[in-house]
Amino acid sequence: MLTFVIIYYAFLIVACCVAGYYKYRTALLLLFTLLCISMISGLLFGADVLVNITICVALLAAAAGLSYSFRESLIQVLPPEGAKLMRTAPLTAAFGLLVIIAYIIAAVFAPVIAPFGEAEVVGSSFAPPDDLMLLGGDQLGRDLFSRLIYGARNTVGIALMTTAIAFTVGTIGGLVAAQMGGWVDQVLGRIVDTLMAIPQLIFALLLLTIVGTSVLNLTLVIALLYSPLIFRLARAVATNIVVMDYMEAARVRGESTWYLISREVLPNITAPLAAEFGLRFCFVFLAISALSFLGLGIQPPTADWGSMVRENATLISFGEITPLIPAAAIALLTVAVNFVVDWMLHISSGLKE
Amino acid sequence: MGGVLPLIGKRLLLGLVTLLVVSIIIFGAVELLPGDIAQQILGQSATEETVAALREELGLNRPSYVRYFEWLGGAVQGDFGVSLANERSVAEQLGPRFANTLFLAGLAALISVPLAIGLGVLAALYRNSVFDRVANALSLVAISSPEFFLGYILIVFFAVQNQMFPAISNVTPNMEMGERIYRTMLPAITMALVVTAYMMRMTRAAIINLLASPYIEMARLKGVPNGKVITRHALPNALAPIINVVALNLAYLITGVVLVEVVFVYPGVGQLLVDSVTKRDFPVVQACCLIFAATFILFNLIADVGAILSNPRLRHPK
Amino acid sequence: MSEDDKKSVLLEIKDLKIEGYSDENWIEIVHGIDLTLHRGEVMGLIGESGAGKSTIGLAAMGFTRDGCRISNGTVLFDGMDLTTATRSERRALRGSRIAYVAQSAAASFNPAHKLIDQHTESSLLHKVSSKADSQEDAIELYRRLRLPNPEEIGFRYPHQVSGGQLQRAMTAMAMSCRPDLIIFDEPTTALDVTTQIEVLAAIRDIVDQFNTAALYITHDLAVVAQMADRIKVLLKGDEVEEADTRKMLADPEEDYTKSLWAVRSFKRDQKSEPAAGETPLISVKNVSASYGPVKVLDGVSFDIYRGRTVAVVGESGSGKSTTARCITGLLPPTQGEILYDGKPMPPNYKNRSKDQLRQCQMIYQMADTALNPKKRIGEIIGRPLQFYSGLRGADLKKRVDQLLDQIEMEPSLYYHRLPSELSGGQKQRVGIARSLAADPAFIICDEVTSALDQLVAEGILRLLDRLQKELNLAYMFITHDLATVRSIADVVVVMKEGKVVEMGPKEAMFQPPHHEYTDLLLSSVPEMDPDWLSNLLDQRGLDNIGEAAHQKKT
Repeated sequence: MLTFVIIYYAFLIVACCVAGYYKYRTALLLLFTLLCISMISGLLFGADVLVNITICVALLAAAAGLSYSFRESLIQVLPPEGAKLMRTAPLTAAFGLLVIIAYIIAAVFAPVIAPFGEAEVVGSSFAPPDDLMLLGGDQLGRDLFSRLIYGARNTVGIALMTTAIAFTVGTIGGLVAAQMGGWVDQVLGRIVDTLMAIPQLIFALLLLTIVGTSVLNLTLVIALLYSPLIFRLARAVATNIVVMDYMEAARVRGESTWYLISREVLPNITAPLAAEFGLRFCFVFLAISALSFLGLGIQPPTADWGSMVRENATLISFGEITPLIPAAAIALLTVAVNFVVDWMLHISSGLKE
Repeated sequence: MGGVLPLIGKRLLLGLVTLLVVSIIIFGAVELLPGDIAQQILGQSATEETVAALREELGLNRPSYVRYFEWLGGAVQGDFGVSLANERSVAEQLGPRFANTLFLAGLAALISVPLAIGLGVLAALYRNSVFDRVANALSLVAISSPEFFLGYILIVFFAVQNQMFPAISNVTPNMEMGERIYRTMLPAITMALVVTAYMMRMTRAAIINLLASPYIEMARLKGVPNGKVITRHALPNALAPIINVVALNLAYLITGVVLVEVVFVYPGVGQLLVDSVTKRDFPVVQACCLIFAATFILFNLIADVGAILSNPRLRHPK
Repeated sequence: MSEDDKKSVLLEIKDLKIEGYSDENWIEIVHGIDLTLHRGEVMGLIGESGAGKSTIGLAAMGFTRDGCRISNGTVLFDGMDLTTATRSERRALRGSRIAYVAQSAAASFNPAHKLIDQHTESSLLHKVSSKADSQEDAIELYRRLRLPNPEEIGFRYPHQVSGGQLQRAMTAMAMSCRPDLIIFDEPTTALDVTTQIEVLAAIRDIVDQFNTAALYITHDLAVVAQMADRIKVLLKGDEVEEADTRKMLADPEEDYTKSLWAVRSFKRDQKSEPAAGETPLISVKNVSASYGPVKVLDGVSFDIYRGRTVAVVGESGSGKSTTARCITGLLPPTQGEILYDGKPMPPNYKNRSKDQLRQCQMIYQMADTALNPKKRIGEIIGRPLQFYSGLRGADLKKRVDQLLDQIEMEPSLYYHRLPSELSGGQKQRVGIARSLAADPAFIICDEVTSALDQLVAEGILRLLDRLQKELNLAYMFITHDLATVRSIADVVVVMKEGKVVEMGPKEAMFQPPHHEYTDLLLSSVPEMDPDWLSNLLDQRGLDNIGEAAHQKKT
């Protein structure tokens, strides 16, 4: 251990000196911060933490390298327009894309990838990881790895469907409110204000107590509670479009409301709405996971990340990190989507200038 | 005319109306149950007579608006009826738990508000620097992680591997302050992580927006030194957005406790709410929802009133 | 001033290059500008948007906006190179020896502080004078700049003061340390003509008084002719030419400058009065309208005849555009009616028949917002044809091609383009084609030329005139530009605060006697003559221009 600590600090200090000598300001700052953090936490928690830090840094470096090569190969493969777009992508966005693609593959090909069925009992409960079960078994002896893969399909699928419903309702409402104005706008606005006056998670708990927990109810309740946010955005963006002269020209021409919304407004607001979709997906996904974690969302035996954390939480007190894996899966996807959305927002704001 | 007071009065009135509508929704939602509460409690196998008897006992035969006003009247005086599960007074169960929840949220706010504003202002001042980028990425990660993920990571690291804090935050009413803070630390940090990330990003955006205004450029062109540009020209105008950001996040904080309380088995309102939902204990669920909604509305109200008060255009009417 | 003073150089910019950051690249936006400014001299920098005028103006203070950097050249101010000076050296100059007056005073005053506190900030900071002295001086400057209530106005907050007054207060603020140089960045662009003239007079007076040198940045030739001793013309970050104002106005060398200078040569004769018994095509009868509780139109009446042009003139807030909205039915009048060919039309456009809607078309000021950026030109022009005449397929394409020919744009080239791929003038032409596609009898032109360069604008006017002859169209021309009125109108209607002040045939309207307001309006429009402002002030006196004139009346 002592050798490791010595090598660790020696490496960091040498790296700092090299960065300083060649005036790589950014690298120096990062390395020096890392050095400080290492010293403080090393003193506080002992040398083990240095190993953890090394692992974290290595993981980050691996992720960065992977994202870099992914981006570069995309630039090579894609047609010129796509390649130009990818060149503007920061590493975080490339990483996000990579993760999203991986999740999609896992969700679509779940039965092929997973060694066992999602409800299949394979070994004893809480079996430790071995050749048969990569990540061990859960409280009923089902294969955690297989359930993780199926979870991609269930959790993400349901979240996606919910977001789609919320989005359709919210966008149509927002566009109608912006286009019609007057009392329609007033009434819709008031309804939305009221819906948003109750915190979403609390409202969801209340409604789910009453309608009961089924996948359909869950989807509808969450969609209802998250559509107001989308309504507000769609309305705000569309209001900017509605005051444009071309809208006035079309209105005075005698065009129907449907034509105005679908042909004049919608094509102009797709970019901000797409970013909003990503953002809202994250919120919906987190909300569903949270409800599942509380035991009020997706019900067993369906494999779902939120409930998997809940079912295996007892292992935590024994220092096992297996229950954290499904939680990490949730976090990883939301981080990935957020990274991509960040990039998209950056592009669309850049285009405006 | 003194433009601020009518505006605030209007906003307060609106808040009150919203609260009233919300209370109707919370009460009405339970009324929408298939069958009614009596049927729900006794289950399908109950005979007609027993159901009718319970209905009589709960006063369900009277029209719903009468019962709504009774419920609301009671709630205003702190009487939320009797729990269906253990027949104890709801208010009695709720009181100490609400205090616990406020304590937890307060501690989290104490950690996160100064931290978030400081970091947000720094990130805005040194935007696009390494610090800004790292802070941006880290805050995105914190926002994206479910609270239970962060909570369990903290437990694994601080409670299991290092045993610095307890994994279960079981506070009791007559506990000493130091002990209480010690036991509440992990859940408070968990919440602070998420809220700090949100607040920091919002502060950063508000400050950047502010620094882009022509009057800041004008101040620089008048030769005002950097520090003074911030203190004299930016801060008086930054107050409104910052108050807004803080109040909105406190609103989030007070309702975001549910998950954290469950993870750390902390005896607060959130935990009670989740338990009661599982037991279908409607009076308790209603009371918890009303308390959460009222706090949420209150903080949103504070956000708006704060924004009105700190806006120089409104403070000095024409 | 003496010859020596005139020769001493205050500011010398050499081979200045500035880069802007966009799409992760540094792109040069100013390509090597040289500029020499002597003490007490006023130089006008003129050019269209994107010429780099403001960027150069700021660079003269050693300042660049975020995302810009000086990549080459020197900026010598009184012998000190601002590009290499330290931050504190530059800061010591700003506000005290070089001051800045921004385009939008309303946005450039800090809303949180009183005017006078912002005024005294510079002099306290640079330790020029004490607070009391500085306040006294501020009040003196306010008086000098003819602000109403000079003792009291400084103790107000920016939002409590009108735009024209704020702009003068900002000039006063720039003067607070008696700088050697002031940069004026389009100080009157956001103002109405009658207000503008007052600010111009104030600026010129104070610059003369203290013998301050100035860089006057604007896109308005007539304005710069009044203010500057020398003029430098810029185009896309390059210098076109530089000369003394009189020489530049009389005899520009470069083609680009000539095209800017080209005084409107197009002028068509006023058409004969319509026959006595002719029914007007559009008749606005005693129309009043309001936005909510605010009354914006009050008993407006005028007629428009077939094949004739009515120009409606007035400042912002006078109700010109509101009248147009009443005619199109977007804002139903609270009183009065709109007759079409003698018959009343439903007040709300939603209740009008397709044919009524078709007859009355509109062309907008900002072609950018008038065309849907996501639709192709063929689609934009084709939609009214499809909608009103039910044309489809090959017929539709044929008619769109005809219309494109009519507006002098090659169909095969432009049919599939997006609006973003066209120039400003072309976009305006597409707007015209779209209104023609409805086959109307009457077109409202809302400031159609004010966003365009002179030459392009003239092309549009000629096109509109040709179309009027060919199709016997009636036009309602909303404008604040009297040159446009002179070239195309048959009848002129002058509006102020929602009322028609005066109306009559063009020839009569441009001859005295005028109504008082018409006179003020006509006289306030700057002309290219460098002596115009001086002559005007001599004629009318300081109390008969701008807000002062308005106030005197009430």
